[in-house]
Amino acid sequence: MKLASRVLPSSESFRRNREAHLALIADIARAADLAAAGGGPAAQARHAARGKLPPRERVAGLLDPGSPFLEIGAFAAHGMYDGAAPAAGVIAGIGRVHGAEVMVVCNDATVKGGTYYPMTVKKHLRAQEIAAECRLPCVYLVDSGGANLPNQDEVFPDRDHFGRIFFNQARMSAAGIPQIAVVMGSCTAGGAYVPAMSDVTIIVRDQGTIFLAGPPLVRAATGEVVSAEDLGGGDVHTRLSGVADYLAEDDAHALILARRALGNLNRTRPATVQWQSPEDPAHDPEDILGLVPADLRTPWDIRELIARITDGSRFDEFKPRFGETLVTGFAHLMGCPVGIVANNGVLFSEAAIKGAHFIELCSQRAIPLIFLQNITGFMVGRKYENEGIARHGAKMVTAVATTAVPKITMLVGGSFGAGNYGMAGRAYSPRFLWTWPNSRISVMGGEQAAGVLATVRGDALARAGTPWTPEDEAAFKRPTIEMFDRQSHPLYASARLWDDGIVDPRKTRETLALSLSAALNAPIEPTRFGLFRM
Amino acid sequence: MFRKILIANRGEIACRVIATARRLGISTVAVFSDADAAALHVALADDSRHIGGAQPADSYLRADRIIQAALATGAEAIHPGYGFLSENPDFVDQVTAAGLTFIGPSADAIRAMGLKDAAKALMEKAGVPVVPGYHGEDQEPDHLAVMAAEIGYPVLIKAVAGGGGKGMRRVDRAADFADALASARAEARTAFGNDAVLIEKYIDQPRHIEIQIFGDGTDAVHLHERDCSLQRRHQKVIEEAPAPGMTPEMRAAMGEAAVRAARAIGYRGAGTCEFIVDGSDGLRPDRFWFMEMNTRLQVEHPVTEAVTGIDLVEWQLRIASGEPLPLTQAQIPLIGHAFEARLYAEDVPAGFLPATGRLDHLRFADGIRADTGVRSGDRISPWYDPMIAKIVAHGPSRAAALNRLARALEDTEVAGTVTNLAFLSRLARHPGFAAGRVDTGLIARDIASLTDPAPVTPAITAAALLTAELGTAAAPLQGFTLWSPLRRHARLRLGADEIAAAITLDGPGRARVELAGATLSARLKPEGWEVEGTHPGRVLCLPDAVHVFARSGTVRFTIPDPFDRGTDDGATGGLTLSPMPGLVREVAVRPGERVEKGDRLAVIEAMKMEHVLTAARDGTVAEVLVEPGAQVEAGAALVRLEETDG
Repeated sequence: MKLASRVLPSSESFRRNREAHLALIADIARAADLAAAGGGPAAQARHAARGKLPPRERVAGLLDPGSPFLEIGAFAAHGMYDGAAPAAGVIAGIGRVHGAEVMVVCNDATVKGGTYYPMTVKKHLRAQEIAAECRLPCVYLVDSGGANLPNQDEVFPDRDHFGRIFFNQARMSAAGIPQIAVVMGSCTAGGAYVPAMSDVTIIVRDQGTIFLAGPPLVRAATGEVVSAEDLGGGDVHTRLSGVADYLAEDDAHALILARRALGNLNRTRPATVQWQSPEDPAHDPEDILGLVPADLRTPWDIRELIARITDGSRFDEFKPRFGETLVTGFAHLMGCPVGIVANNGVLFSEAAIKGAHFIELCSQRAIPLIFLQNITGFMVGRKYENEGIARHGAKMVTAVATTAVPKITMLVGGSFGAGNYGMAGRAYSPRFLWTWPNSRISVMGGEQAAGVLATVRGDALARAGTPWTPEDEAAFKRPTIEMFDRQSHPLYASARLWDDGIVDPRKTRETLALSLSAALNAPIEPTRFGLFRM
Repeated sequence: MFRKILIANRGEIACRVIATARRLGISTVAVFSDADAAALHVALADDSRHIGGAQPADSYLRADRIIQAALATGAEAIHPGYGFLSENPDFVDQVTAAGLTFIGPSADAIRAMGLKDAAKALMEKAGVPVVPGYHGEDQEPDHLAVMAAEIGYPVLIKAVAGGGGKGMRRVDRAADFADALASARAEARTAFGNDAVLIEKYIDQPRHIEIQIFGDGTDAVHLHERDCSLQRRHQKVIEEAPAPGMTPEMRAAMGEAAVRAARAIGYRGAGTCEFIVDGSDGLRPDRFWFMEMNTRLQVEHPVTEAVTGIDLVEWQLRIASGEPLPLTQAQIPLIGHAFEARLYAEDVPAGFLPATGRLDHLRFADGIRADTGVRSGDRISPWYDPMIAKIVAHGPSRAAALNRLARALEDTEVAGTVTNLAFLSRLARHPGFAAGRVDTGLIARDIASLTDPAPVTPAITAAALLTAELGTAAAPLQGFTLWSPLRRHARLRLGADEIAAAITLDGPGRARVELAGATLSARLKPEGWEVEGTHPGRVLCLPDAVHVFARSGTVRFTIPDPFDRGTDDGATGGLTLSPMPGLVREVAVRPGERVEKGDRLAVIEAMKMEHVLTAARDGTVAEVLVEPGAQVEAGAALVRLEETDG
């Protein structure tokens, strides 16, 4: 059924909402510009003087002309390390080569020589995780000095640290997911294993180097004096050592050779869902900015958003009269059948049961799930605890956790408490998790958290007979509120890769479509649910 | 009427004849050479016969095989088209002797008109004016002066053996004649070793106007004139009807003269009387002279068809089958104005040299008559005339028809071979031509501006780049990025020049192109990429080239092969090493010798195999480090090349 819209674009609230969203978008766009600028003009100039293409142009040169690029972790390390590592010094994302999706991981040598900060490692591993889950061939455009030494304790030793990159390469290769490396700069020490562990490696003459120890370390260790090129340059590795397979004349040539290598993969997409011809939504996605209230506390009808992302604004709402605070139903998104689970208020027991039922339906039918998350949590209070809301919530969480269909989550408002779990938050491994500039994520609201702490404190003070004025209480609460405010901001969240990126709300449909398309490179396995507490 | 005819020709004229025959319900037989087995005229005909090799002498000029084919297929008549055997009286005799009908005049008529001087004499006798001139044996200067005076000044002295303007003098007054003659002779003697001259009336602004005639053996009519003055080195380029400035009196006088000529020889079929006209003082009935008569259908017959509404091939067929002339002189209409432009595969910058190649793409303007014998995918072969098509435009007035022609030429798309299309387009927009100031010297006077290479604007280049990179379909996710767009480098080649640009997509069908220091914005529209608000032309992408069919002419960019980087593995060092232990069988070079990459340097015998070691790069042998017969280890240096400068 085609959804109707009650939005009035001429209204004052529409205009105010839109202005507020545009201001938030502008903030994010500035952060994106900062990330895209890498190490800044001076470092970019030095990079170019070496005959190297800027990293983002390397990515573009690898992909098909006009290919979409679904960037992962664009805001990684934003505001961290004193701003020293824009985009965490690595570009990652999904684009198309010869029409097929690939995961590209491209070091940005203009950012501290492309060395790996903790967030760099986390981003690289996240990209590999997506590639592994979606079975996307990986192309590593390598230009990195290896681990960032001042941060070695957070980069080297643990399970999800540097070594995991090569572990993942080996495991993916074993799973038949191609690994291709293009060495366009340094690959030193551990970094040497990126090309060495790849199925196919291309190296740029007089520019790419691969060695376990660079010339300074060799000299220190053995006294041998040798140039980087003679130690591990392109000529050496393609002619003598066999560490690399193809010698390229320059970046552009290397990218062409990589494209050719990707043309020889002989891969096909598995049959998954029944695609339809895509159709634009009947309602303009541009309206989203005006219809979504600027204030998270103002309720709004999630169907207005659904009407702006689904094909033809059509939505077959499932169980519309039951558990109305959770909207569930079937739709198509750029031709792909999806099940949509969307919040329309706080979760009650009925909503949780309905959610679990709907997820079972989609799992049975192998229909990918879209979670539109705007949730303050499950309902609290004696009535609800006594009727077993924790038991009903657990059903939904079980369904979300154990379904085998691809899940894609978009935070379009609040993401608080156990609501985050039931709606496929990061811990529930959605294939992708995106967030809007106006979203907020934390265990609970800042006010509520401060209130909880103040109640505990007030009770203790009352027991001790110490007077506590309302001013004292406000002063006590302020740091907690401020901390929650700061830490729940999408840039704070995205910097730490709690999500895959911040999305302009007007690009929600495209982002979801590209996520689905990437996810459907992997077959949909049959689901085996955990035990539902009845 | 015939039931089946054979067309003893190829290309557009064969297709043209087939079209009319088909309309009249006549079956057609095509003949073809080795080179034309897959040609359009063969595909269009009901039946076809192979008649020999690609050389015209082996096929289209083989009267015996053509007649054989006609007899074998049961054709009753043979249409000769133009060229090849169309004006060969012996062929006509053979056709007739075989019991077939020749669609054209009698052998006698062809013979009578075949010898130019005899034809002129015949015409003079019939009262048709001929160009005054002296072609006699008597070369006495005094006699020549008398002849010149008789012809009337100004006159032209021409070397009999002449060419290229050598030994040619224009003389305006009798007083100058003796000196001019002497210098012309001296020049002719030096240039040709023959100082014989002829004298002709000098015509200041000569125009070539011809009259289309038809005869049925007893009577004859004319179908008005065609003006073929727009010529390049005696090759007709654009023809039109009626002639600019033509008056009813002049037309009547010329038409009457042509009909008189036809009647004089009992002409049957289509023919053309060519006249030279002095256009220096407007068209005047006393200033046209017979040059020759063509006893066949002319290439430019479509302009007559356009202004009369008469299918000349139909008339040919009807008359050949014994019908009388279908219309009387008074019934022949003259409606509006028509032009024909001859589109050739020619290399204009190289001096209009005939070109060859595969027509990767061929498209004519909508609604225009284009007589062609080729399709997209056909080859323009070196064996025959490289004409691609005749573009014919008709309109109620000369200005309307010319505008239509110009537009049709601008909308014509040819890829795969160079053509004279841009030259024709400019000619069609030439102000002097538009004003009707046509003469045979127009093209030569303005040749530079008519053959300037088409300008390549940044918009043309940008459209080519965008189409080559992105095509002309905007997928909904084209260029999608979450935030910062991606900038991608793109390359094309224009002649020897490399064009480097960067394209940034801001969304589906919205792009910025950085080119030569400027940034151009582009939008994808239904008709293609629009750059800075203008549509530079339709763009055609082929595997190795991009064509922009701009109004100003077609611009062809080539797509560089990205793999062609001359990667020279192992060419960095100058040493050639033995790949394995073995015996040196042979050393093929000596110090100081120049070698090219791939040249044999030495032969090593090992493991029962001979291994030939070749030069990894071009260079000079600096040292030979082993002797034949030596036993060498793996990695032993055998030959050293001198260091290169690079």
